[in-house]
Amino acid sequence: MSILSKSRICPETGLFFDDQAEKLIKWNAVTGVVFLLVGGLFGVLMALTRWTEVHILPADWFYLLLTAHGLDALIVWIIFFEMAVLYLASSTLLKVRLAAPKWAWLGYWLMLIGAVITNVMVLEGDSSVMFTSYPPMKAHPLFYLGIIVFAVGALIGTFCFFGTLVLAKEQKTYEGSLPLVTFGALTAAIIAVFTIASGAIILVPTLLWSLGYIAHIDPLMYKTIWWAMGHSSQQINVSAHVSVWYLIAAIVFGAKPLSEKVSRMAFLFYIFFLQLASAHHLLVEPGLSSEWKIFNTSYAMYLAVLGSMIHGLTVPGSIEAAQRKKGFNKGLFEWLRRAPWGNPVFSGMFMSLVMFGFLGGITGVIMGTEQINIIMHNTLYVPGHFHATVVAGTTLTFMAVSYFLVPVLFRRELWLPGLAKWQTYIYAIGVAGISVFMMAAGTLGVSRRHWDNNFADATLGFDYPAAAHMFLALNGISGLMAGLGGASFCIIMVGTILWGKKKSDVPASAPAPAPEPAVHQAGSAGTIAVPGTFVLALIFLGTFILYYYVNWKYLAEVWHLS
Amino acid sequence: MTSQDNNTPDGEHEHIPFFQRMMDNPFLLLFIGVVMPTVFYILWGVMEIATIPIATY
Repeated sequence: MSILSKSRICPETGLFFDDQAEKLIKWNAVTGVVFLLVGGLFGVLMALTRWTEVHILPADWFYLLLTAHGLDALIVWIIFFEMAVLYLASSTLLKVRLAAPKWAWLGYWLMLIGAVITNVMVLEGDSSVMFTSYPPMKAHPLFYLGIIVFAVGALIGTFCFFGTLVLAKEQKTYEGSLPLVTFGALTAAIIAVFTIASGAIILVPTLLWSLGYIAHIDPLMYKTIWWAMGHSSQQINVSAHVSVWYLIAAIVFGAKPLSEKVSRMAFLFYIFFLQLASAHHLLVEPGLSSEWKIFNTSYAMYLAVLGSMIHGLTVPGSIEAAQRKKGFNKGLFEWLRRAPWGNPVFSGMFMSLVMFGFLGGITGVIMGTEQINIIMHNTLYVPGHFHATVVAGTTLTFMAVSYFLVPVLFRRELWLPGLAKWQTYIYAIGVAGISVFMMAAGTLGVSRRHWDNNFADATLGFDYPAAAHMFLALNGISGLMAGLGGASFCIIMVGTILWGKKKSDVPASAPAPAPEPAVHQAGSAGTIAVPGTFVLALIFLGTFILYYYVNWKYLAEVWHLS
Repeated sequence: MTSQDNNTPDGEHEHIPFFQRMMDNPFLLLFIGVVMPTVFYILWGVMEIATIPIATY
């Protein structure tokens, strides 16, 4: 192993940290958390405004903060944290210095400057075009420029990740194939390149349009290419948080994937097919053919879904295999009962896995089916779905891994460990409520992105069913709970960095007292004797099939064919 | 040693299957991961939109 720059070995975990990579991981993660706090606060205000009786924001503020919430919570927080994951998965796990750290810092600052510019433009009030910024709605030119600058920064960071892989290969810091967690991060990086390229293709002409150099942007052309960026950016999240699931299983349990080849294959499905799922946002557009829609969603997307189901089986399977090896063999679920539920690293990750599969995964397939998509297209069902994938899936996973990373990176003990134990539960229950109640309201026809759910200002009045208003109220209560959980997370993280008890420093040259975690090595658990996991998988499949056909039945009733 | 082979500890050459080599090549995966959605999603979609006839009044 060749180490050219300053580095250290963590005395507790045995993890290798290159000095520059460590600083970049810290700065990217902390910056991400700041934007999570801002975006999360706006999210609570969204939920309270949708609550019919509370309706806290006036219309102009609702659309303004909805734009900022989407950008900060869906893009800025997550991409900053993903940069931290990419540097961790390359430099730390491959035990090599970060390639081109100066470029990585340039990428960081561009991302920060871009995010600040876009936020300022939105908060000034003349760019309330929402996250999707569909033409003919026009934002301030600096709104688009900010996103472009942010994306260029993220692209630079992504190429530093690729450079670090090359460096590790040259310096032979690992043997054979990349470790699985790094391979998952590679999947995220590949999808990021396509995402950012798509963003450039559509946002550069949109910037020129906002400046008056281009007369017209075709809305359908914009939507098609924009979603190659908008949806694929969420596929970066999926790949990154699935990688982190494997990382946490390895760190907490010393678990190895049931079959590394199968897990790798599942990531390959993501690389090939996951980005094509962007088409499900366009399933009701008359200008695109059914062939295009069905190939991209009902053929290609299902292979990506297969990838997710494989991960959904192999991650808990690897934990079960590791737990059974330790002697937790009683019955089907002793391995799960005896898991460290008081450790937020595990509890957050496992709840994220369950909610991502049951709430986000199943509903994603429903929305990706051309026929049944029409029932809930552009209703609150859509944000209900993606709060299950992005918030319960990605954000909760990133919170969970932060409980491991922040004390390791900052060499401090966790601040308020008692609160940390509960934080993941508070947040997970809140987010599950947001997701379920928004989907329930959407199923009753409540429109997304609509400030006035009473239609009080409408020329032609309309009443949603009373149950829809009840679900919106429950969504508001869940939003408050998720806000409490999110704020607790930010307080614990900031408190740990500033006031956490300092751990004793061990010189970098000293040998690591702890064994190196399993994340450095390729290899499988060597068993598929995981009956508990297979039972859980069958419950999942049963739920999936039942819910899928319930929606077809519902469609038949909508069309009065029954 | 060819690009398809690796040395084993006893000096013999171990054949690495094509699929394995593809999985171990980040830049080939990057190429595939960009080309697939560009062709099937963007180019195909843009061609369909571009060939929509202009409405006549």
